[in-house]
Amino acid sequence: MSVTNPLTKNIEDGRDPLSFKEYQAAGGYQSLDKAMKMSPRDVMGQVKDAGLGGRGGAGFNTGLKWSFSPEPDGGPRYLVVNADEMEPGTFKDRLLMEKDPHLLIEGMITSSYALSATTAYIFLRGEYTLAEERLLKAIDEAYTAGMLGQNIQGTDFSLDLYLHTSAGRYICGEETALINALEGKRANPRFKPPFPQVSGLWGRPTLVNNVETICNIPGILTHGVEWFKNLGLGDECGTRISGVSGRVKNPGCWEMPVGTTFRTLLEDYAGGMQDGYELKAFLPGGGSTDFLLPEHLDLPMIPGDVAKAGSRLGTSLIMVLDDKTCPVGCVRNLIKFFAHESCGWCTPCRDGLPWVEHILNKMEEGTGEMKDIEILQEMCGYMGPGNTFCALAPGAAEPLQSSLKYFMDEYEEHVKHGCKYKSH
Amino acid sequence: MTDLIASTALKARQLTEEEIHDIEHEKTHYPYAQAVGLEALKIVQKYQGWVSDESLLAVSEYLDIPPDELEGVATFFNMIFRQPVGKNVILLCDSVACWMLGCDDLQAHITKTLGINYGETTDDDMFTLIPVPCLGDCDRAPSMMVGRELYRNLTTEKIDQIIAEYKSKA
Repeated sequence: MSVTNPLTKNIEDGRDPLSFKEYQAAGGYQSLDKAMKMSPRDVMGQVKDAGLGGRGGAGFNTGLKWSFSPEPDGGPRYLVVNADEMEPGTFKDRLLMEKDPHLLIEGMITSSYALSATTAYIFLRGEYTLAEERLLKAIDEAYTAGMLGQNIQGTDFSLDLYLHTSAGRYICGEETALINALEGKRANPRFKPPFPQVSGLWGRPTLVNNVETICNIPGILTHGVEWFKNLGLGDECGTRISGVSGRVKNPGCWEMPVGTTFRTLLEDYAGGMQDGYELKAFLPGGGSTDFLLPEHLDLPMIPGDVAKAGSRLGTSLIMVLDDKTCPVGCVRNLIKFFAHESCGWCTPCRDGLPWVEHILNKMEEGTGEMKDIEILQEMCGYMGPGNTFCALAPGAAEPLQSSLKYFMDEYEEHVKHGCKYKSH
Repeated sequence: MTDLIASTALKARQLTEEEIHDIEHEKTHYPYAQAVGLEALKIVQKYQGWVSDESLLAVSEYLDIPPDELEGVATFFNMIFRQPVGKNVILLCDSVACWMLGCDDLQAHITKTLGINYGETTDDDMFTLIPVPCLGDCDRAPSMMVGRELYRNLTTEKIDQIIAEYKSKA
């Protein structure tokens, strides 16, 4: 029987993660053997052919991203797993690392072979203390078993893998900021080009990939490209973790075929809205995505389809806004987050976000003016793509601009009569 | 700039044996000692509770990182405390899912119970209350951490129990 849930097949509620031996007995650590029968470039080709898109939010083809790395020159090369999960409303990498740490480690070893990486780092957000403990244990087990270190499994391939725990800063999710942080520097983003594939950590070729992305690699190599392609619905490839938070009956995250609709996720997996609450809108993939409306629920969770509807799939963990929660207050909360997490490097972000937060505070306190709404609309442009050094401010503008599009009447109501919502 | 720092800060203190041991362990993970700056600050904080000027200067000297650069790192990260904090740091998530599910009410409850607002420490140095950006626990919101422990699906009653537990441990 072929596996249909490769990311969560070892995960059971209330059970500790599998040890190295248990994980291996369950079919784990086979992908490296398969990979080592091929050249690194051929492994890269397989990942590209599988159609695996990055699961961190941008959705770029992983194999293609890998293929931009130059040929090895004998010097150090790095793989860095971005485990700095801080996008508001996102909690999928926490599940993968807490519940099946060996899947990530196997993925990192096989990916490192494909990339000819000599050292791999996990960049973990500091608040994920349980993931830290479990990853450290799993890394130790993998070293003891000879899956890490010098001459892995008696071959010429060697790899060291280390865990770096950060100390809480959203901008570290931006790959060049992450690289600066890993070098011990203040985590401002770097100018691109050069891209990290060519000049990343300490100026050496570096690939930065999301946790879930790397967790897909063992399955692709173990079971093959065709198997992976058949996991998705229609023309889509693979599975991904999607989830729901907010006032639904059964919040959580689950592995499902790529191409599943928002409605299936919300109604079948999450059990629909809590009694007494109606769905007003939802953020499809984290705090930095544009709101969508109930009329968009039948869209498949595919980056292209979501983009056509005017938003981004992002991390594919949706947050529902119910009819009893103030949409202006919701946007204010998101903007407060982004204003706090701005690295301060460029003006639209550093100065624009606190200004927007100030205006939204006024709206909530009942002292907003009609001209403030115009300023908010202008700010969406100033903070938009092309005006900033990285994607933080354009991301922050997304819930703002879409709330102005869909809930203008609510903003005007706030100016005229203040906030009518009882809570918050 | 060096003069300014020397005139406002005290001298570097001596790092303890444990601190040096832990920092040396982290150094084996990186090709350059400077990369360990943040880890060293976290190690110092683990043992001392916070990062004083004397600690910052000690790490700066030990790893040969200019103090202003290290201060740039220390002040950048949410979880490095450059002021003294209480024995137990309460990190209350105030991001969107927790906000929708009532974290403001929880904050008001903690403030009433312990008499501390965000950024403040109780008189007996037992608790400090700090807001934390999205803890990535949105399906169990509202959530908070006390030190390294995560608490989820919070209510005011649960918070009373948690606070009582920490008080009884003291």
